[in-house]
Amino acid sequence: MNLIKGFATTFKHVLEEPVTLQYPEQMKPFAERFKGRHHLRRYDNGLEKCIGCALCAAACPADAIWVEAAENSDEQRFSPGERYAKTYEINMLRCIFCGYCEDACPTQAIELGHEHQMSFTDRRDAIYTKTMLIDPVPEGADGTPREVEPGVFTRAIPDMPDAK
Amino acid sequence: MGVSSKLGNLGVVTTTLEDAVNWGRTGAMWPLLFGLACCAIEMMSTQASDYDMSRFGMELNRATPRQADLMIVAGRVTRKMAPVVRQLYDQMSDPKWVISMGDCASCGGVYNNYAIVQGVDEIIPVDVYVAGCPPRPEQLIHGVMTLHEKIKGERIQDWAS
Repeated sequence: MNLIKGFATTFKHVLEEPVTLQYPEQMKPFAERFKGRHHLRRYDNGLEKCIGCALCAAACPADAIWVEAAENSDEQRFSPGERYAKTYEINMLRCIFCGYCEDACPTQAIELGHEHQMSFTDRRDAIYTKTMLIDPVPEGADGTPREVEPGVFTRAIPDMPDAK
Repeated sequence: MGVSSKLGNLGVVTTTLEDAVNWGRTGAMWPLLFGLACCAIEMMSTQASDYDMSRFGMELNRATPRQADLMIVAGRVTRKMAPVVRQLYDQMSDPKWVISMGDCASCGGVYNNYAIVQGVDEIIPVDVYVAGCPPRPEQLIHGVMTLHEKIKGERIQDWAS
């Protein structure tokens, strides 16, 4: 009797649909708040949101972020306010994707996206630089650095509409 | 060194042989049954039916290093565990590969302290580093596919060394 019961369970599962996800071709939808690779955001006018304050680096529990700031000028403007991030590097092998950098950022410059496919044959490839992290310039906007009128972008956290 | 220098230019023969051997190596790569921390949970999940690593010829985790081709270092390696990891690696038969899964195995991650080996490549050669803390099963499979790509690029000269 037990034998039949056992086989009944087996045969019940034989007719079921396979649950396996054919991963490289199919992808499971991610939770909206899933934290993957970082993005450095821009304003709608193309200026970078990052002001080089390095609060993200201070908040990072794994010390994965390296920020080096430099002075903005109206001839060479990258971001509103006094400073911009000259170097912005994240070591993806150190980052634990906790999102503390996102929380610490005063301008919402850094956001964690949904890209997650990160594997490297050389650990040096794991250091993502600013050029790899930053969003492309929005359509119709100028890139950075650019020349602007003096006295317009004086505040580091301006009243500009959010890029999203 | 090795075969190609002794036999001269075999051209088509060696290329086809390389392709065939690399295909064989990527098609049936058995990992070592070996987990160190929370990454191992994701590794188990990768082998379970939802993601099913046997689609990549990895149905079996061999519990003995002598039958394994691939070592997935899943988790942080403590200084006390380091000799064990090294011994397991030495006991694996050639050809053998290592995936460093997750931040802790790759570079210590958040555990920047005296007890943890800051990157398992201090003790064994690593082929692929997988980022994530812990990596999702998708990320581990992506790492495995990166390793497959690397192996497919291996030439006959690399085998002898």
